[in-house]
Amino acid sequence: MALDDLKTKDFAFVGTRPNRPDGLDKVTGRAKFGADAYAPGMLHGAILRSPHAHARILRIDTSKAEALKDVKAVVTRADFSDKVPFEPGLEGEFWNVLENVMAGDKALYDGHAVAAVAATSALAARDALKLIEVEYEILPHVTDVDKAMLADAPVIREGAADYSVPEGMHPNVVRMHESGHGDVAAGFAEADLVVEDHFTTEATHQGYIEPHACLATLGMDGKGELWCCTQGHWIVQKTCAALLGIETANLRVTASEIGGGFGGKTTVFIEPVALALSRKANKPVKLVMSRSEVFRATGPTASASMDIKIGMKKDGTITAAEGIFRLQGGAFPGGPAEFTAMCAFAPYSLSNVRQVGYDVMTNRPKQAAYRAPGSPMAAFAVESVIDELCNQLGLDPIEVRLKNASREGTKASYGPRFQQIGLVQTLEAAKAHPHLSAPLKPGQGRGISCGFWFNHGGETSVSLALSEDGSAQVMVGTPDIGGSRASMALMAAEVLGIPYDNIRVTIADTATLGYNDVSHGSRVTYASGLATIKAARHAVEKLCERAAKKWGIPVDAVKWENGCAVPSGPNAGDFDPLPLADITANMGQTGGPISGHFEATPEGAGVSFATHIVDAEVDPETGKTRVVRYTVIQDAGKAIHPTYVEGQFQGGAAQGIGWALNEEYIYGEDGRLQNSVFLDYRIPVASDLPMIDTVIVEVPNPGHPFGVRGVGETSICPPLAAIANAVSAAAGVRMRNLPMSPPRILSALKADG
Amino acid sequence: MNYHSPASFAEASRIAADASGITRFLAGGTDVLVQLRADIVTPDTLIDIKKIPGTGEITRNADGSWTLGVAVPGAELGEHTGLVADWPGVVEAMNLVGSTQVQGRATLTGNLCNGSPAADSVPAMVAASMTATVTGPDGNRIVAVQYIPTGPGKTSLAKGELVSALHIPARGENAGDAYLRFIPRSEMDIAVVGCAVNLRLDGDTVVEARVSLGAVAPTVLLVEDAAAAIIGSTLDDAALDRLASAASAACKPINDKRGTIEFRTEVAGVLAKRVARIAYARAKGEIIKGHHG
Ligand SMILES: Cc1cc2nc3c(=O)[nH]c(=O)nc-3n(C[C@H](O)[C@H](O)[C@H](O)COP(=O)(O)OP(=O)(O)OC[C@H]3O[C@@H](n4cnc5c(N)ncnc54)[C@H](O)[C@@H]3O)c2cc1C
Repeated sequence: MALDDLKTKDFAFVGTRPNRPDGLDKVTGRAKFGADAYAPGMLHGAILRSPHAHARILRIDTSKAEALKDVKAVVTRADFSDKVPFEPGLEGEFWNVLENVMAGDKALYDGHAVAAVAATSALAARDALKLIEVEYEILPHVTDVDKAMLADAPVIREGAADYSVPEGMHPNVVRMHESGHGDVAAGFAEADLVVEDHFTTEATHQGYIEPHACLATLGMDGKGELWCCTQGHWIVQKTCAALLGIETANLRVTASEIGGGFGGKTTVFIEPVALALSRKANKPVKLVMSRSEVFRATGPTASASMDIKIGMKKDGTITAAEGIFRLQGGAFPGGPAEFTAMCAFAPYSLSNVRQVGYDVMTNRPKQAAYRAPGSPMAAFAVESVIDELCNQLGLDPIEVRLKNASREGTKASYGPRFQQIGLVQTLEAAKAHPHLSAPLKPGQGRGISCGFWFNHGGETSVSLALSEDGSAQVMVGTPDIGGSRASMALMAAEVLGIPYDNIRVTIADTATLGYNDVSHGSRVTYASGLATIKAARHAVEKLCERAAKKWGIPVDAVKWENGCAVPSGPNAGDFDPLPLADITANMGQTGGPISGHFEATPEGAGVSFATHIVDAEVDPETGKTRVVRYTVIQDAGKAIHPTYVEGQFQGGAAQGIGWALNEEYIYGEDGRLQNSVFLDYRIPVASDLPMIDTVIVEVPNPGHPFGVRGVGETSICPPLAAIANAVSAAAGVRMRNLPMSPPRILSALKADG
Repeated sequence: MNYHSPASFAEASRIAADASGITRFLAGGTDVLVQLRADIVTPDTLIDIKKIPGTGEITRNADGSWTLGVAVPGAELGEHTGLVADWPGVVEAMNLVGSTQVQGRATLTGNLCNGSPAADSVPAMVAASMTATVTGPDGNRIVAVQYIPTGPGKTSLAKGELVSALHIPARGENAGDAYLRFIPRSEMDIAVVGCAVNLRLDGDTVVEARVSLGAVAPTVLLVEDAAAAIIGSTLDDAALDRLASAASAACKPINDKRGTIEFRTEVAGVLAKRVARIAYARAKGEIIKGHHG
């Protein structure tokens, strides 16, 4: 039997746009999200949070809360495992997570959990929190990344820095990354113009519509059940088991439907707390965060302070590029400085490049991934400087990017050589797009930017079982955050040759499938997709074997075509094609149930690039910006379900518009978060957005059987820069600090005269 | 928490007068219920006024003035063609509050009595010279709406007092009003600056004007210098510049997460000009639809 390993054209199902299988559930309210679970005897949990940015916890008195008849359990740090080792950097990540979900000796940021209650109602739990007395010794705090690196900055935690940090740096600097090649000094000397500038971005939140919610049961026997809203339930299982001191396999975790994650649900916040409460109360405990808790105590992205220097010749050739990137990721190691540095110059083929990243701790919540973590801010800084160079040298921004673009074989700024990539194709598509030549009205400006993301493979298991009637069920382990069940069904349909509607894709729980890395790194359509294809091919091999046995010919003389086994080679035409359902109808008698499965850690994710074009309009009297036109052009490798690819493109742009214009974490002098509600954390509303136009470029990824590249993250890489370039053009002043809120734009206009 | 739904304002006043702890009146509830759920204010006594007869009515009186029931939601104001024709500024200000869902409930009275310096309808009500009937243990009194809010979350209403009706004067000839607010987004946001202008013309000349600002001081401001800057003018550029300066000069804003002192002061002047132009055009008989931003 011959199976083509790489198929990039003549698809029957892939590339079509059927309705998503979870669509009806979602529009009718039947879908079960995190907070939709109930259990008999269930209690409600609530978490007491520090009002201080940095404080030593001297004493916690829970006796008054415990005395209430409605209160069934109160937990503090003492109710978690004391065997989780503290180690520097991310080596100690379980300890970091434990310390984050329940404070130890110190409260490290406004909103840090210090105790939790389980009571018979949510109101009773909330009121019981008010009876817990915590005595704090307030310590000096720091929330700004640059200030946290100064000699006199308060130390968040000694010993958190890993081996990479040179001696003499402040203990808040916990990791340093340096990479590049060539000789940047020589490169700058060759340039006709060198532009050097400083940029900052604020922390933003993923803003998913569904707050974290879970229902936990942990018995005296150490066996537990956890229902939660997450991007990856195996990591939840592994982490919770470690933090509670139980065996991983004894905790079964089921992922609910998910109302958005964007990276923010790739770790745990409330789940270990709910389990600890349940263990103590010996009852199921439901815990649901409020929006304010989501802002204060989950994981926004990092804020950044960046210095960029780029040299260019008059003809647009970049001679050297250098960047220093300082990212604060809250009171723990893990800020994505390394990714920021590595992504910064990746779109360009450079002879001389150097990038340095610093991961810095502050008194803010522990950052979590947010769509291409670290990359959007890098693109903002770098692409702003390229825009400035183009302006000053009178060069066309697309031509300059084309001239310097990374291509197949380019040595990437961060090390490896690129394989087949699609940056040039996105730039060519941008050049040809009517948007680029459309006239602008007075007060409007146009900006473009490229963006890059690595994409990821990760541990993956998929299982596929055929039913007697010829339908198929596919069990995947990656929660569906963007329509992936539809894409899995399309890929399985393509291999099996049976209709899309005859395939049901389920997100299996941790007890019914092998390990799966979380739905992050734009990996799902790539890795679970690859595993689905391979699992389906595995089932097809078995189907062919059954046909060969029936026909009495060698198995390699049977091939699979359009959902049927057909004799091939010397036996071609000897027998009628045998449809899948005819084989499965009596599979119990011909050798047993037919299933396919696949487990691996695929490594060929295939990097992805995008080019965005933005038109913005600035009201010069108020500094208010409106994005009037937006076009996303991105390489998808192969769009399995084009509608969901377009949705990812549009979503990245929409979130980028928020990040660029109005979203920000605002801290007061007291280190408290000032805007922990959607009224004051200004995510764009529907009427703030133009229709976001999309162009799908398809340069197949050789690492996937159908050429897929992940698309979920790259779409948020160019927007900050593209919008900043458009706004700077419209306003006539370079905007170097995000968000470009109206007060900031107005004061830049005033300063400019 | 005790919930009451009295059948008259006298009864509502009596319940409030006798209550101890925190009392809230429940009009649309879009402030009261939000504050309750967010654990900001948990009232001991909640007095629902919507069941009192007449609270849902919009009445045009014989002299052309208007009486508004205290539970009339924004959406109904917006659908009342007569009211929109007479007082487009008051209506557009209230219609800016929240979303379609919030409009189905939120009221002018609640917006006024919640005491937010950024309340959208309040500058428009002040510019329109609106008054309120206040019912208390000693009967009714009439008070200019301008004097009801006294600071963030505070009103001049005494214990046992509540607003039982709102009144808008007769519109009269050659007059128009308008309201604009500045928000960084296009909707679902809170005013960083709000400005209302109500004026009357004789020919092309402004003969009466009231200019009011929101979100730039602890309470709504009625800026007499700003009105004086345009009275007697044809709203020429020089008059508009004087108006902007007077509006900016009157601001006593704070720096906060929603805007800086500098920004609010500057934008108050910008808005005053823009609003005055709309009010002027309306006074000239132009129909200019409400802005939602
Ligand atoms: C999503 C959302 C968006 C919003 N957007 C805006 C906005 O854009 N602009 C804006 O200004 N506001 C906004 N608000 C706030 C709110 O909707 C308004 O203030 C609204 O007008 C309040 O009216 P209500 O009838 O709902 O008041 P309620 O909540 O019923 O009452 C508010 C206050 O008024 C008091 N009160 C009510 N009736 C009386 C009475 N008869 N006598 C004395 N006191 C009384 C109550 O005790 C309470 O203190 C928003 C609210 C939400 C939830």
